[in-house]
Amino acid sequence: MKKMETSIISGKGGTGKSSISAAFATLGGRVVLADCDVDAANLHILFNPSHEEEEIYITGQKAVIDYSLCTNCRLCMEYCRFDAISLDKGKIAINEISCDGCKLCYRICPVNAISMIENNKSRMYSGTFRNGKMVYGRLAPGEENSGKLVNIVREKARQISKDHNIENIIIDGPPGIGCAVISSITGTNNVVIVTEPTTSGLLDLMRTVEITSMFNLKTWVIINKFDLNPEISDKIESYCSEREINFAGKLRFDAQVVEAMVKCKSIIEYDPASGISIQISKIWNTINSK
Amino acid sequence: MIESGKIRIAIASGKGGTGKTLISTNLFYALQQLNYKVTLIDCDAEEPNVMIFFREEEEFVHDVTQKVPVIDTTKCTFCGKCLEYCSYNAIFMLRDMKIIRILEDLCHGCGACSVACKYDSVSEKDISLGKVTRYHSDLQSSIIEAKLRVGVFSPVSVIKAAIKEAGNNEIILMDSPPGTSCPFIQTVAVADYVILVTEPTPFGLSDLKQSVDTLKTMNKSYGVIINRAGLGDKTVYEYLSNENIPLLAEIPFDKEIASLYSKGEIVAKHNIVWMDLFETMFNTIYEKNGNINN
Repeated sequence: MKKMETSIISGKGGTGKSSISAAFATLGGRVVLADCDVDAANLHILFNPSHEEEEIYITGQKAVIDYSLCTNCRLCMEYCRFDAISLDKGKIAINEISCDGCKLCYRICPVNAISMIENNKSRMYSGTFRNGKMVYGRLAPGEENSGKLVNIVREKARQISKDHNIENIIIDGPPGIGCAVISSITGTNNVVIVTEPTTSGLLDLMRTVEITSMFNLKTWVIINKFDLNPEISDKIESYCSEREINFAGKLRFDAQVVEAMVKCKSIIEYDPASGISIQISKIWNTINSK
Repeated sequence: MIESGKIRIAIASGKGGTGKTLISTNLFYALQQLNYKVTLIDCDAEEPNVMIFFREEEEFVHDVTQKVPVIDTTKCTFCGKCLEYCSYNAIFMLRDMKIIRILEDLCHGCGACSVACKYDSVSEKDISLGKVTRYHSDLQSSIIEAKLRVGVFSPVSVIKAAIKEAGNNEIILMDSPPGTSCPFIQTVAVADYVILVTEPTPFGLSDLKQSVDTLKTMNKSYGVIINRAGLGDKTVYEYLSNENIPLLAEIPFDKEIASLYSKGEIVAKHNIVWMDLFETMFNTIYEKNGNINN
């Protein structure tokens, strides 16, 4: 079976990426929805999926010292490149926040006073929601390797798509341009960047386009709330045409989108006949027609 | 950590786009006008936007680099010890075909492979992760920007370098990256107080809760600013009052604010009420958090 993966990202946060992903997921037809904004997963609030599976995700390890063995030789301090080991009142101390989990201190300690403990508080959930299947990751606060968790969430989404014969996979990605974003877009059929008509929005869009072109991905741009600054909105449109980026369309600011969220619905579910719902479904058809 | 007359405040939000940068740039401007010596660090290295709001001159730039290994294949015996030591799967080797490659994107520069190699075949080179730029604002104040190179996976080293650059001798404001993972933690770890910016929506509330849970485990003091008040619902307010979290300020949803912000303008320059708002807020925070344990 053919599968169609669409990733929705934004560069700048708060442009309306998740609201638009939610709308795409409820236009009709069954979908697999993968919430890859693992730092701030939100779509489960709207869709309240059943929990069918829960998996523990190990994000990495942290070093701990056994003071009954430590001789204060400071060799670990010398070797650590993350400034995570220091002397605190004459005793070797490991700063949990700075520790990168590289294990070098554990390997070189001459008296085996250092051991590694696993960070095992992050989870991946999957289940059913009203328009199909849903997978989402929840990174425990302060844990890293969000890119890897994104990969696992996407892998699961692909598996579900195959097992349940669902063609469309919709990926709600994280903001930024770092590892989690890269993991959310590689190998997808379409990347949709949701931006807003602000100077920050435009600059962040440019950095995000650099990333999508690095990976040779078919990229689309949506300007959300374009009427908040039509002048910058026009600038973004001309930037897209200069760079030959597919322009998918623009949406007006509409307080109904927030009202829908408060009612735990996508805008499509809340008011399918509204101008904004019609425009979103046009945009979805445009993206999927090529 | 705090010395008398000094404070570090991080401006953060779980959810992106809640108005973090709006708050940090306006607070910076207000304090500057009040003749404080203040440094603003843009720690959102993936998408730094603070400098959109200022026209200051660049004072200097320095590169942030990381070490990555280089393998001398004439000395390498393909024993696989470096692979075993690497915690990041950054070394790829096919023993039979005598192929060994470094995947630089995955390397964290920990140096474990150099220690592992008994044949002296691992040396190191520097690769660029991004830049830290200092902008001179006036005699008293400056802005420091952390900027990740596009394509680099983690912004943490660039953020740390920017914080180091600011030193420790004035009022420091930090525009934090969104989320609650490592870039956020690295920024708030050095803060004496955290201002969390949220919006009164279910998404805003959910992300706020996650930020609060993180700050609790870190034993940080914090308060909340609600931006775009008037949109959404009341659940954020209920949460704040149930949890006894101080509401520092409310900023109404207002098309004029949105429009000024969209053009890269400082709202406090145009609106005297904002000057008062930020001065009062800073004084409240400073009284409670600016003079504890020297």
